[in-house]
Amino acid sequence: MSNLTVDRSPRRKLRWNRQDIPGVAMAAPGVIGLLVFVAAPFLVAVFLSFYNAQLNSPRAPNFIGITQYSRLFADMQFWRALGNNLTFAAVVIPVQTAIALGLAMLVNQRLRGISIFRALFFLPVIFPMALVAVIWRLILSRSEDGLLNSLVHVVSFGQVGAQDWLGNSATALPSIILLSIWQGVGFQMIILLAGLQEIPQERYEAAQLDRASRWQQFLYVTLPGLRNTLIFVVLLTSILAFRVYDQVYILITSGGANKTATQTVLYQATTSVFDQNNLGRASAITVVFFAIVLVITVIQRRVVRQESEA
Amino acid sequence: MTTAQKQRSRSHRLHAARSYLVLTALAALYIAPAYYLVVGSFKPAADVLSGLRGFVPEHLSFDNYRSVFDSLASDSTGYFWQFMVNSALISAAVVVVGLVVNSMAAYSFARLKWRGRDKSFLVVVALVIVPFEAVAIPLLFMLNGMRNSLLVQSLPFFANAFSIYLFYTFFLGMSKEIEEAARLDGLGSFGTFLRIAVPSAKPVFATVAILTFLTTWGQYLWPSLVVSNPSYRPLPLELSVFSGQMPVDWGEVLAFGVLLVVPVLVFFVSFQRFFVQSLASSAVKG
Repeated sequence: MSNLTVDRSPRRKLRWNRQDIPGVAMAAPGVIGLLVFVAAPFLVAVFLSFYNAQLNSPRAPNFIGITQYSRLFADMQFWRALGNNLTFAAVVIPVQTAIALGLAMLVNQRLRGISIFRALFFLPVIFPMALVAVIWRLILSRSEDGLLNSLVHVVSFGQVGAQDWLGNSATALPSIILLSIWQGVGFQMIILLAGLQEIPQERYEAAQLDRASRWQQFLYVTLPGLRNTLIFVVLLTSILAFRVYDQVYILITSGGANKTATQTVLYQATTSVFDQNNLGRASAITVVFFAIVLVITVIQRRVVRQESEA
Repeated sequence: MTTAQKQRSRSHRLHAARSYLVLTALAALYIAPAYYLVVGSFKPAADVLSGLRGFVPEHLSFDNYRSVFDSLASDSTGYFWQFMVNSALISAAVVVVGLVVNSMAAYSFARLKWRGRDKSFLVVVALVIVPFEAVAIPLLFMLNGMRNSLLVQSLPFFANAFSIYLFYTFFLGMSKEIEEAARLDGLGSFGTFLRIAVPSAKPVFATVAILTFLTTWGQYLWPSLVVSNPSYRPLPLELSVFSGQMPVDWGEVLAFGVLLVVPVLVFFVSFQRFFVQSLASSAVKG
């Protein structure tokens, strides 16, 4: 592994001079930590995905080639999980970005006490997901006394009865989406707010001189000015959408959430370990998961580079 | 004041009033779940799940807070104070060790010259994109022998590529003159880092500390993989265990939830301005 810091050719062996020592010594803990706990595990995942590996098993893992992958891609549960990730992303990316943009514009006004509102909209971002899951279990409870159920009851004048929001396959994923947006939108709002504040005020003044309406100002000043920030937010949100796990796992195991309708790729990975002790399958899922994240990241880098060259 | 000015200031005030109205209505709706959590934590368990009445602050007491400590006070359930201490120790270790390790590495990349530096830095930058979820399963395999410890919950998070990157951009932009003067005065590489670079990098230290604390304190995936013994559970993992047992005592669960979020909230309120700025800047740079 130390080869990564050194020229590989045998003739130019690693020979640090005296003056290299402080630099190497100061970088070493960080670099070694990253190699051992980030780079190596990834290679281990690739390795394990070709083996029939189990935790705490006396048997040594045996090589089974691409069997884990072919089984994975023939498994409807896995495709369902991947589909849920895609649906989650397809809804969350536009909806959360739009809400975040609306909130960012609202809290970008010059008003006394506006920072209090910024803080309030940001607040759920600091809530651990385990806690968000608990709060929303109560809100979405299928009991007549659930918060959402009694709200719907009142609004519909008693016409609509209690729903099992998390258990029903039609409403389960939308429920998870709703609580995820509630927890996360403040973060995107803050990024977009920073973007809004970089748009020069003169552009709005010029637009007003041209008698542009508020909508026209939004269309021709705000949106073009936010272009880079918006692209960034969309790509960030798409990676986050593939990392969805905590709320899904907690709500399926203890909140009565519909498993088929809400499971995600990472849920499939951890339950392969928890329920079947199948480390090989979990590793294959990890590799596929990382491939997806990598593709999104490459697209992101490329778009950002094009932007800065344009 | 002319009539025109009066009119303008009146329309301005009208506009402000409308903005406040919209903002207040939205904020109330948005914050309702958090309010429900706090009010519910002071109510008798039976009153929590009671429809819209759950919002009404009545029959309030500290009973739930007392009974959280009482219900979680045996070897089989684990002890509440123990979960609190576990979370605090893990977060403190990851924040403190992380600050030292990552700032040192970043300084070495930004300011010191050594063979292999640029290649090593490329590796670090490439690793920024690997999310923890992508290495959790193989790490479980590698660290299986260390299960059920506080060390296994903090060790993988000390070195952080993104923290190194944040420190690096700061050190790179720092003026070199003072450092060069310090060198001439005979201060070594480490001395220059400690005496000159670190004091001027306080804002980055705060940013990295905030980001690290926030993610570590709320962590769920990794502890759920490596901890089965209640003595080593951190708060978020215990909250999901505690709220998963039937029948659920919602009063106690919500009190537990409040106790979980209060430390982050204190952090948030005391560094509010800074907090928001640092998150935004970190995201934009990332």
